[in-house]
Amino acid sequence: MVDPHLVQRVLDAALRTGGDFAEVFAEDRRSSAARLDDGRVEQLSSGRDRGAGIRVVVGDTTGFAHTADLTEAGLLQAAAAAGAAARDGGGGTRRVALARGGSGESRRFGVLPESVAKHRKVELLLRADDAGRSAGSAVTQMTVAYADARRQILVANSDGLLVDDDVVRTSFRVSAVASGDTGMQQGYENVARTAGFELFDDVEVEEVARTAADRALAKLAARPAPTGEMPVVIKAGRGAVLFHEACGHGLEADAIEKRASVFAGQVGERVASTAVTLVDDGTMAREWGASAIDDEGAPAARNVLVQDGVLTDYMWDFLRSRRAGRASSGNGRRQSYQHLPMVRMTNTYLLPGEEDPDEIVRQTPYGVYVAQINGGQVNTVTGDFVFGMSEAFLIEDGEVTVALRGANLIGNGPEVLRRIDAVGSDFAMASGGGTCGKNGQGVPVGMGQPTLRVTAMTIGGTAA
Amino acid sequence: MTIGGEVDLQALVARVAGWARAGEQVEAYAARGRETDVVVYEGAIESLSSATSQGLGLRVIVGDRQGFAYAGSLDEDVVAETMAEARDNAAFGTPDEHLGLAVPDGVVPAPLDLWREELAGFPDAAKVDLALDLERRVLGGDTRIRSVQSASYGDTASESAVATSTGISASTRRTGCYLAAVALAADGDETQVGVGYSVGRQPADLDTDEAVRDAVERSTRMLGARKPASARLAVVFDKRVTTTLLGILAGTLSGDAVLKGRSLFASRLGERVGAGVITLADDPTDARAYGAARYDSEGLACRRNVLIRDGVLQGFVYNTYAGRRAGAASTASAVRGGFRSTPGIGCRALALEPGDRDEAAIVARVGNGLLVRSISGVHSGVNSVSGDFSVGAEGLMIRDGATAEPVREITIASTIQRMLGDVVAVGNDVEWLPGSAAGVTLAVGEMSMSGA
Repeated sequence: MVDPHLVQRVLDAALRTGGDFAEVFAEDRRSSAARLDDGRVEQLSSGRDRGAGIRVVVGDTTGFAHTADLTEAGLLQAAAAAGAAARDGGGGTRRVALARGGSGESRRFGVLPESVAKHRKVELLLRADDAGRSAGSAVTQMTVAYADARRQILVANSDGLLVDDDVVRTSFRVSAVASGDTGMQQGYENVARTAGFELFDDVEVEEVARTAADRALAKLAARPAPTGEMPVVIKAGRGAVLFHEACGHGLEADAIEKRASVFAGQVGERVASTAVTLVDDGTMAREWGASAIDDEGAPAARNVLVQDGVLTDYMWDFLRSRRAGRASSGNGRRQSYQHLPMVRMTNTYLLPGEEDPDEIVRQTPYGVYVAQINGGQVNTVTGDFVFGMSEAFLIEDGEVTVALRGANLIGNGPEVLRRIDAVGSDFAMASGGGTCGKNGQGVPVGMGQPTLRVTAMTIGGTAA
Repeated sequence: MTIGGEVDLQALVARVAGWARAGEQVEAYAARGRETDVVVYEGAIESLSSATSQGLGLRVIVGDRQGFAYAGSLDEDVVAETMAEARDNAAFGTPDEHLGLAVPDGVVPAPLDLWREELAGFPDAAKVDLALDLERRVLGGDTRIRSVQSASYGDTASESAVATSTGISASTRRTGCYLAAVALAADGDETQVGVGYSVGRQPADLDTDEAVRDAVERSTRMLGARKPASARLAVVFDKRVTTTLLGILAGTLSGDAVLKGRSLFASRLGERVGAGVITLADDPTDARAYGAARYDSEGLACRRNVLIRDGVLQGFVYNTYAGRRAGAASTASAVRGGFRSTPGIGCRALALEPGDRDEAAIVARVGNGLLVRSISGVHSGVNSVSGDFSVGAEGLMIRDGATAEPVREITIASTIQRMLGDVVAVGNDVEWLPGSAAGVTLAVGEMSMSGA
């Protein structure tokens, strides 16, 4: 993408004003997307973004500039702009010696999307549309979206690091609308993997569409969700965003460093029930948040955050780990070359426990069974977080009964972690992954969990 | 002044639109922006970012099919490749007779000047000083402020141009800047967070006092917040929250959602959909609006569109495609998220017609209820198709006509339909906040609050 000798000259130039660390992050991203709505393939679109972000650090100050111009002149100009913020450094000249590191393992994808004829992508949409509409006469609308992206990156820094990676991600998302006497309802199903077009060897798009349509149909008969606090059972794979919000963001070292997290200063302490062992793992092959290296060139890793209820570690990027005098945990990520990296999750999941998932429901006299979650949000300072249930049912006398309309649930992270009293022996990753937003940057993340029960959470419904 | 870069955007898009072959329509949209972001922490610069970016998006319609391609570069060879890609993509769409690009409709753009030369000459050191001053003043604003998680200054200068083979030629440029502080207030083991900000088109517009006051007041006022018992009660939304609510409402009034059977207002034109106090218009020609614009994203002059008058639904907003399909004209409501996407539909400057009371007077009139000062989980808890509305909330209880103790970890829920019908007051305190709608105090007669 960029000649290593040129990268070396750019790093030298970036340090000219006295910075003590410089980094070049170059990226070449090719994407294509196809969307069907209202029975029509609206369009096929394709895009290309290429450029480099240059970072210079002096003390606790970071200077950053990016450019879409990958010529020597363009890169040197960006290096000068990034270095300008570091002009209070000592000055002088440093020579950077780059050592070629490994190429990313993420290169081991199957079928490159650019090698697939466009009409094959369009056919997936039409097949899904047909299947969804066949699920019931009350299905009145379908939206189907296919998207792929190939992201090649190169990271080089003044510590001598020079590594690259090549990651392909593919997603297929379906939304269905069903209409009845009670109005309209929506159902969703998404599949997203760090994989190429071979994804569709395993995933039947008809089934994805039928699942979305069935969810919309079931919600036509749904009752308003209840209000107040009650037990909540979350189906395996579907509620993983709970941990992402309840404690994931609060375990990111940038929030910890500024004491803007309820989990600051809690390493070694009991923060959750003993049934909770939580892991963030960027190495999980094919999962949505996987890659060989993070966006600072650190190898992706499996990091245990909570072991048997005890907080073991936070997640770290380059800057925060350097200040703490330790190694990065491979969690330095950025949306694109136009963004500064920060601490982000990769694939975050709760390890399975020992209980029979059906038994967990049977032993719940009354509560809510959450079968699909469609996102959430957290205030890391207070630990209060919400997540939305897009498919949910009432539990009455130990049985899953009527469907509930959509609503948010709210809880406090540290409290909810202590209230997890049952963890199932099953496990699943959320099929659709997620896009995690933080400070205006979105990155792909994976999530997973076994069936579990929280003894009390607040349901944001309208029924008395 | 221009932003830099050698390519004249207007000339570029005109030339590319001219590449249309017989039977083809071509739209070229190009944009360029320069931005600076400064974040300070504990009296020092944490990060200083500056960058220029540019790119173009090309739409080709041929044989009633549409293709699109974009590139984050304006290099000549890249533009040609992008054109070839858009053309190729057009072969795969479903034929649709309503596809078509905008054509000039004679509406003259409002004489808005959204560009401030002052921003261009504002040195980085002065930007850093603004952020440092903000942090210092928030820290000194109250003894309970423990730290400022981030104090930042940011600005953008952007220009865009669109041209089509159907005769559209429009260009626009704007500047904008902001100051924002995230304050952490502490009392014993408890910490609360409050955000304060100010926005403007040039640094002289920025009101540091306002940002300081909001950050300090909003964080300290939440100290001691508890989770109240569930109740059905009157809810007053503060200005910031109303801006978000109106943004949600805009999605239900999109002509695209109506045509595709995804709007809860689809068959309600001319009917009463809300309380009589609701008159809602989208007017990007209002220079005070954060989203003010001369042209929409397809190059038509922006205009005022009345959506709801005295509670009665007056109309929807359309881009060119949806307008053609509905048998109506575009309302010049095409919006796009930059050069990487095709034009969608949206509002830029929604505002409710103001009432005659401020927030305190509305709180007094409500008597008992909840003043909501922030909401969370909007994307996961509000469904613009079903109308189901359920969000996390924080705020202050209203007792005996005045704000009382702070509350947190609650949800408030209803449906969009019921909330609209149950609006009991619109404030007189209109303020143009960042976003697509004006902030104003809004009171709803009854909602479900879920707590302990």
